[in-house]
Amino acid sequence: MSLEFIFDLLLALAMVWSAWRSLSASRLDRAIVMFIVFGLLMALAWARLSAPDIGLAEAAIGAGLTGALLLDAYGALKRREA
Amino acid sequence: MKRLLVVLGAVCFVVLLLGAMFDLAPASVQLHAAVAANLPASGVEHPVTAVLLNFRGYDTLLEIAVLLLAMIVILATGIDTAADVRPSVNPVLQALAKLAAPLMIMVAVYLLWAGAFRPGGAFQAGAVLAAAAVLLHLVELLPGWQSPSTRLRLGLAGGFLVFLAVGAGSLMRGALLEYPPEHAGRLILLVESGLTVSLGLILAGLFLLLSRDDGDGP
Repeated sequence: MSLEFIFDLLLALAMVWSAWRSLSASRLDRAIVMFIVFGLLMALAWARLSAPDIGLAEAAIGAGLTGALLLDAYGALKRREA
Repeated sequence: MKRLLVVLGAVCFVVLLLGAMFDLAPASVQLHAAVAANLPASGVEHPVTAVLLNFRGYDTLLEIAVLLLAMIVILATGIDTAADVRPSVNPVLQALAKLAAPLMIMVAVYLLWAGAFRPGGAFQAGAVLAAAAVLLHLVELLPGWQSPSTRLRLGLAGGFLVFLAVGAGSLMRGALLEYPPEHAGRLILLVESGLTVSLGLILAGLFLLLSRDDGDGP
């Protein structure tokens, strides 16, 4: 088993794990953070699939913008509850 | 029991997908070779940019049109002008954002320029610009868009209009979006610059127009 294969395997496992955690987390803030983690891992996966263009877009939009939007929505929800 | 069934179903689906993946026939069309053969005529050196802005420019034109349409729909549904009161922001965050924003704009310009010969391009550059705007908005340095000015509206539509003008110009000369090879590089850079600004504003607009909440109102 080469080092690259081990890295890919770990990456794939981490992606499935973070996706599952993001869906099953009982607290919204944890789910959002896991979603951002999933987006960043996804960007890494695209880079490993030699598609760095998509990786860049995924990191900026999937993890960055969507994550910020979700966190902002979470903050608004919190403020409304308080 | 229900959970077990769902997991079982998911596992069956994964096995099916894996089976289908190993059963795939080799691609019948070798697009890779076709792109590589025509790359010198495209005006750029990076195959992805060549496909997006030259060979399949029509797709990108429609893509920015769809994004602009989404923005127009958001504007059309009406922006409620309730003042957005946020808790006061930590001054350290503000100082950090002030440091980061110029760097992000520089990265965006670099990505735009680098798109011609390595991974990068208008979409990524626009996303970085939008992220800078969102960052500034979150630390209260950039107010939300209560009523977009004419200049802002022009910026939102600008990328699409530039692309459309280039398309119309090429239509006069022959086919839609068929650039003359000697000017292709410059035309692509022009279109990409317009796209970067517009994409940045549209993506930031999705945030700045939608993020105002009325939870603090009376």
